[in-house]
Amino acid sequence: MATRLQFENSCDIGVFSKLTNAYCLVAIGGSENFYSTFEAELADVIPVVKTSIGGTRIIGRLCAGNKNGLLLPHTTTDQELQHIRDSIPDQVVVQRIEERLSALGNCIACNDHVALTHTDLDKETEELIADVLGVEVFRQTVAGNILVGSYCAFSNRGGLVHPHTSVEDLDELSTLLQVPLVAGTVNRGSEVIAAGLTVNDWTAFCGSDTTATELSVIESVFKLREAQPSAIVDEMRKSLIDSYV
Amino acid sequence: MDEDSGMFRVPQTMGSVLCCRCGIPMAPNAANMCVKCLRSEVDITEGLQKHVTIMYCPECECYLQPPKTWIKAQLESKELLTFCIKRLKNLNKVKLVHAEFVWTEPHSKRIKVKLRVQKEVLNGVILEQAYVVEYVVQDQMCESCSRVQANPDQWVASVQLRQHVSHRRTFFYIEQVILKHDAAARAIKIKQMDHGIDFFFSNRSHGVKFVEFIGKVSPIKSRHDKQLVSHDPKSNSYNYKYTFSVEICPICREDLICLPPRVAVKLGNLGPLVLCTKVTNSIVLLDPVTLRDTFMDAEQYWRTPFKALLSSRQLVEYIVLDVEPVSPEVNTGSSKYGLADFQVARMSDFGRNDNIFTVRAHLGHLLNPGDRALGYDLYGANSNDSELDKYTGLNIPEVVLVKKSYDQEQRRRRGKNRQWKLKTLNMEVDDTARGRVDEEKLIEEFEKFTFDVEEDKDLRSNMSLYKKKDYQPSETASMTDGEDVPRVPLEELLEELGLSDDGEGMSE
Repeated sequence: MATRLQFENSCDIGVFSKLTNAYCLVAIGGSENFYSTFEAELADVIPVVKTSIGGTRIIGRLCAGNKNGLLLPHTTTDQELQHIRDSIPDQVVVQRIEERLSALGNCIACNDHVALTHTDLDKETEELIADVLGVEVFRQTVAGNILVGSYCAFSNRGGLVHPHTSVEDLDELSTLLQVPLVAGTVNRGSEVIAAGLTVNDWTAFCGSDTTATELSVIESVFKLREAQPSAIVDEMRKSLIDSYV
Repeated sequence: MDEDSGMFRVPQTMGSVLCCRCGIPMAPNAANMCVKCLRSEVDITEGLQKHVTIMYCPECECYLQPPKTWIKAQLESKELLTFCIKRLKNLNKVKLVHAEFVWTEPHSKRIKVKLRVQKEVLNGVILEQAYVVEYVVQDQMCESCSRVQANPDQWVASVQLRQHVSHRRTFFYIEQVILKHDAAARAIKIKQMDHGIDFFFSNRSHGVKFVEFIGKVSPIKSRHDKQLVSHDPKSNSYNYKYTFSVEICPICREDLICLPPRVAVKLGNLGPLVLCTKVTNSIVLLDPVTLRDTFMDAEQYWRTPFKALLSSRQLVEYIVLDVEPVSPEVNTGSSKYGLADFQVARMSDFGRNDNIFTVRAHLGHLLNPGDRALGYDLYGANSNDSELDKYTGLNIPEVVLVKKSYDQEQRRRRGKNRQWKLKTLNMEVDDTARGRVDEEKLIEEFEKFTFDVEEDKDLRSNMSLYKKKDYQPSETASMTDGEDVPRVPLEELLEELGLSDDGEGMSE
């Protein structure tokens, strides 16, 4: 199910959080509401980690990751890096990269198998993305926007892209990603998809302005109605518990 | 552009998204909301005025543009539409794309204007919407109309313009200058008086401004007085009527003057018999025998005022018998003179007796033997000027020639068919017993004034001459015209504005 929430009166919750199949990062806010919403949904399954990146709260836009790994920008401090390494599962590779375009969340959109990236990323970064996240990397645009990380959001089951995306682009992208895609909006017509929506394979969070229509589109394309934490996660949890024990 | 450069372009088919409110499929737009939802969501006419009250003066058919301007406009006119739109507040927040009147019955005292406005809403969608503004027209008389209604004679300042001479030539000239500069536009009444004109104004400052204007075109002396009309001691306000008494110096163009000894000495022993050649805000005096000329400004004149010995009404016609140049032509200021000795005889004596006068004058460049000239006959004049008596042993010439003269009869005939005309101020005539006698004299003087206008280019430069619309050059007139009778060149004439009838009416 998709959950509607706000971060300190802002509906751009994708800016302040990062959700993957293996972990969830949330920004350190003034109140506990934001964190506890995530906690209520996810606590049984994956760790929810409160952190900052480079001293800022806009962590969703600064980092990129999936169940295999997490890429952090060069602005991340050593303490933050250590804190994140300590808090998320051991299988997840955490890597700080020296990329000039430090808002990695805006430049990279990925699920557990494929990543779309900004066209101007370094070659080294591209290789690191492939290695750390274990994905195939495609340099792409979404509806003419080079910030692919901002204008689309996809999981292993489906994806939502910028509303202006043409039918041909939609076909091409879904061929690349091997998931069904749909053009749509969040937050009452906002086209900045990833800012208003953060999603993994079985749950989604979106800004509280999101209308019922948008919510139903999101739930259907991400197949959230029948979703359960997958076997992979179950397996991982076993190992987590293992490691705790 | 890409197609121009031969690049391959993938054809793009715009997909459809669901409207974020109602969920119907639609082409994506900036708000990602269908038009109906957008309409229901935002009303761009919110906060715009839909009912406005405007003031209308039924007397002069003007609309009040706050705070104090009244604008004349017809119903359904462009001006009224502009005015109506200007009266709307907050219209700068939206972009106006169209406005039109919705017809209403004039007696309903309602004006309806349909406006079509655009505004950017919700991340860059431009929404267009039409709405109707209803203007309630309220009758309210404008200040000037209500003043006229209450008491037509209500004036606050009056300017009494006077010149104590026997003719009205100066006033004809000043009238033209006023018309050219529209100086009396604020006057609520203009009245023609004996020896002058009265101007009435509704505001003191208008009077002051008018006096200043007159001071720029003629040498004047003015004083002002005020009379208390009412007084409110509680609010310490006083209501006065102001009167400006303006006296124009009695010296006119072509006057012969005998300068008082003190003035003559002050002007460097000029004269003492001098001619006035020009009057602006200063007086130009010319000694016809020595060709020296001097300016006297108003202040200098009024310090030691003097009167004319003889004025242009006393000019006598002479015939020139012989000219003997004394010096070549001289340019002084803007005018040209040539000193010469003349032998002249009075036209009235011509063929009766042999009275011939020899005189030195400044018209050597103009006059040839056989020409006619106008001059002052000091030989036959019986002057009782006190200034003249002060000079002992002064050699008084028998004649002072002033200007060349043209065949009066012929000009008079042509005057009926002149190709130009002057406008006149809308003056009330003094209705005293002498009014009727004045009438004929006035026409005569005005005719003389028009001759002056034809002769003097300087004079013309300060006034506006208009083409007569119905002018048809008659063959006979042009045939019989003297070859050098002065006339106004066509290019100096102005085309009259043909819009309003009142301009025409005034000139009649």
